[in-house]
Amino acid sequence: MEITTLHYLVVASALFIIGTIGVLTRRNVIIILMSIELILNAVNLNLVAFSRLYGLQGQVFSIFVITDAAAEAAVGLGILIAFFRNKETINADEIDLLKF
Amino acid sequence: MSAFSQYFTGFDYTLSLPMVLLTLFALGVLLIDLMLPVEWKRLNAVTALLGIMFSGAALFLRIQVPYRAAEARGMSLYRFTHGFGGSIAMDSFAIYFFYLFLAAGAITILMSTRYLEVEKENHGEFYALILLSMVGMMGMACGTDLIVLFISLELMAISTYVLVGFLRRDRRSNEASLKYLLLGAFSSGIFAYGLSLLYGLTGSTRLPQIAAMLNGYLATRPTDPILVLALITTATGLLFKIAAVPFHQWAPDAYEGAPTSITGFMSVAGKAAAWALLLRIFLYGIHPLRPLYLPLLVFVAIATMTGGNLAALTQTNLKRLFAYSSIAHVGYMLLGLIAGDQHRVNADGIKGILIYLLVYTFMNLGVFAVITSLRRRDIIGDELDDISGLWFKAPTEAVLMMTFLLSLAGIPPLAGFYGKYFIFLSLIGTGHYALASLAVVYVAVALYYYIKVVNAMFMRPAVDTVPVSLSPAMRVALFVTAVATVGIGLVPDPFIRAATWSLHLAQYAPVAQLLR
Repeated sequence: MEITTLHYLVVASALFIIGTIGVLTRRNVIIILMSIELILNAVNLNLVAFSRLYGLQGQVFSIFVITDAAAEAAVGLGILIAFFRNKETINADEIDLLKF
Repeated sequence: MSAFSQYFTGFDYTLSLPMVLLTLFALGVLLIDLMLPVEWKRLNAVTALLGIMFSGAALFLRIQVPYRAAEARGMSLYRFTHGFGGSIAMDSFAIYFFYLFLAAGAITILMSTRYLEVEKENHGEFYALILLSMVGMMGMACGTDLIVLFISLELMAISTYVLVGFLRRDRRSNEASLKYLLLGAFSSGIFAYGLSLLYGLTGSTRLPQIAAMLNGYLATRPTDPILVLALITTATGLLFKIAAVPFHQWAPDAYEGAPTSITGFMSVAGKAAAWALLLRIFLYGIHPLRPLYLPLLVFVAIATMTGGNLAALTQTNLKRLFAYSSIAHVGYMLLGLIAGDQHRVNADGIKGILIYLLVYTFMNLGVFAVITSLRRRDIIGDELDDISGLWFKAPTEAVLMMTFLLSLAGIPPLAGFYGKYFIFLSLIGTGHYALASLAVVYVAVALYYYIKVVNAMFMRPAVDTVPVSLSPAMRVALFVTAVATVGIGLVPDPFIRAATWSLHLAQYAPVAQLLR
């Protein structure tokens, strides 16, 4: 069986859906961050698959998305450490100081 | 070097000079900060302000003056505006937003100097991050390529995550920053997925080409599910960034926990940048899809006005109250984008959004300047009780706060009136009577919670008698915001002309047709 662009897109959308469900249902902040990385990887897969049809632009975009994901992870973990120092938890349910 | 000059010319760097200068000064602040003893940390604010001044001068002398000269001689503007092979467009729209960001950034820095000393977090990184997030905002306003737009959005967002969590020892700040990061990164991911689908559908990352391809695509397959998915994911990401209901949950939390001056910065400059991005994408990139996204926008606008105004009614924390009020203002602005028919957007509506963003910058920063000045050694100053009796302690500040609040409510002689005026005008002009009446009802509701704050300041006794002291920088910030709020209200013509000018986008033939 030949692997076409469509196959990549299906995999990417599966990754996107898994990532979205992970963000919405998981309670551990680190797993939420991992789910966000899954979404960004779905984007990368999409871009690279499309760039087979249209040329290099998509691959350039995907390199920028990878860089962005790294920056976001670095800042995210930094903020998480600052939070953990004050509160000693990484459970999203216990992030409850600010509400109505 | 020679290999490089094959792709970039000196002119590309001239066009990006305001951004380059801000980046250099941000790095300069970081370096100088290492050498400064603690009592000299105020110099960082001076360096940052110098950077903003140089950037503004470069914008005026190297971009605006040549642009206007070319415009006056009736030359083709494309060559004067597009740089980096068409990835950025320094057109009048971008210039308008650049000035807005520079003003907001300068006022924020003036507000922050004393506040950071009180919080004992006076680090140079603060100013460097403000400058860097301004570079991101500028990229969002001038980008015409999906890659530039996405990277600029992330530069702004990541800088702002750190700024929100800048009070490291404060639990509320940590928590606000973490929530903002999780939801912000999630929305960026959804937005990027939408952009990748748009690229896949059209084969280009340039907004004008995307618009042209979408026109052809719509003619053959009007309701392709992938097209709808691309539209929904892109729009969701954008609506997250402007904090429209139902994607607004991050805003009150992030606004409450952030350092107060940063709350002001996020709510005006960050919002204006998100709007610039939204207008670029909706008007230039995907405007052929207008029949598809119009119902979505109507739903979101009604939900945003309802959610923002009703939630603000019961708030007792000032920063949270103004977070919900800023959500409500986004609802009014969305109406400006709805005005028009199925295929054309109304020029008055877009003009209204631009003027609204300008006046909102000054009046909302003014409100947050007053709240920032209430911060003292043992009082955070962001509860409604902290502001009660302000008239008896600091009458000038109380009167200024009242001016800003009445302007936010849209009372005629003040600036806030003109933003609403043009949006309502465009709604009535294009026959959206029901939406216009609903918006007017919500303006009346909003008056209640603004007057509640005024009532607390003037009618309730003060909890303490400690006088409010203002730093010289804060005096300047309050003076500028107050003069702008009253001045734009009394002499609106130059500002209306500036907003109209910023929509003279002759180089975009499809958009010029849309706006005519």
